Amino acid sequence: MEWEFKSGAPIYQQIVLAIKFRIANGTYPPGSKFPAVRELALEAGVNPNTMQRALAELEREGLLMTVRTSGRLVTGSEERLRTLRMELGNSVIGEMFINLRRLGLSDEEIVEAVRNWRQEAGEKGNLPQDDVSVIAGTPAAVKEG
Amino acid sequence: MSIFACQNLTKRYGKLTALDNIDLELESGRIVGLLGPNGSGKTTLIKLANRLLQPTSGSILIDGKAPGVATKKSIAYLPDKEYLPDWMNTRQLMHFYGDFYDDFDPRRASVMLSSLDIPSDMVLKKMSKGTREKVQLILTMSRRAKVYLLDEPIAGVDPAARDYILRTIIQNYEENSLVLISTHLIADVESVLDEAVFLKQGHIVLHKPADEIRTETGKSVDEYFREVFRC
Repeated sequence: MEWEFKSGAPIYQQIVLAIKFRIANGTYPPGSKFPAVRELALEAGVNPNTMQRALAELEREGLLMTVRTSGRLVTGSEERLRTLRMELGNSVIGEMFINLRRLGLSDEEIVEAVRNWRQEAGEKGNLPQDDVSVIAGTPAAVKEG
Repeated sequence: MSIFACQNLTKRYGKLTALDNIDLELESGRIVGLLGPNGSGKTTLIKLANRLLQPTSGSILIDGKAPGVATKKSIAYLPDKEYLPDWMNTRQLMHFYGDFYDDFDPRRASVMLSSLDIPSDMVLKKMSKGTREKVQLILTMSRRAKVYLLDEPIAGVDPAARDYILRTIIQNYEENSLVLISTHLIADVESVLDEAVFLKQGHIVLHKPADEIRTETGKSVDEYFREVFRC
């Protein structure tokens, strides 16, 4: 998977978010061994100190843990993964609301558009299941509104 | 004590002041970008650290010592020019480096060189420019040095080679050493930097952690650089 960084936001924060999405979607499976700092820094093309800082933050948030004998592991806690998915989901929804309000839609119209879109997409049988960016972009919902 | 410390450092070439009374302290364990347009004093500073130039006034100390024979043992220097004997092949170059530097790790060098797929009997002058630059960098990064001074390591090579060079730096620098990378190609190095030093006409106009610049300005280091140095 590609790592891309936007300007303006600290790189370590962008790494934290990218890794959260990867833990949530199972790229790094629950309870699995997490890659070493330098290996991951190399993959992302960032400074190992920056990667270390990001991983320390993820440890602080209980998503990674250091086990003395086996290095760093991804959390195996279903409960923690569920709250992580909710947290990420909420940020995607928040972003969607901001974008749609900018288009001039009221909150009621947005909620209705989401419901309509889901119904229509669901009927067509092409409801996206793991592509977060499609949900965040909400092209169909915009058209409906 | 800082591994790299300049105090009131000034260098003049005749009437031209290349570095004007600069103070700069850099710590071990960091990758620092020495960023500035052409003629801002980057190469002068790096040459002073290697005792290829003498200060007009002020001091520069590497690991507490004035540049000289002792500091050359702990500094791995990549000049901005091609400097190796061009009639040597990679095997000869490895011996050459091994003879000069106690901290040269031939195993590390040969692993990296073999990944370049250069025929072992090909001499330096027969290689492409990009390959020559990679070979120079590999030799430099194969030393277990306290300080790496890399003068324009990515200028003049294609984007894929740039990527290779940056990865080679990340992969090989000693964790407790200082890496100073001079360049005007900020966008390419920005994600590997801990700190950025902006040099403008012989003055240090900024010295900050890269992520702090991004947070405070809401811009990438590259965008901020373009703003500071707009012509």
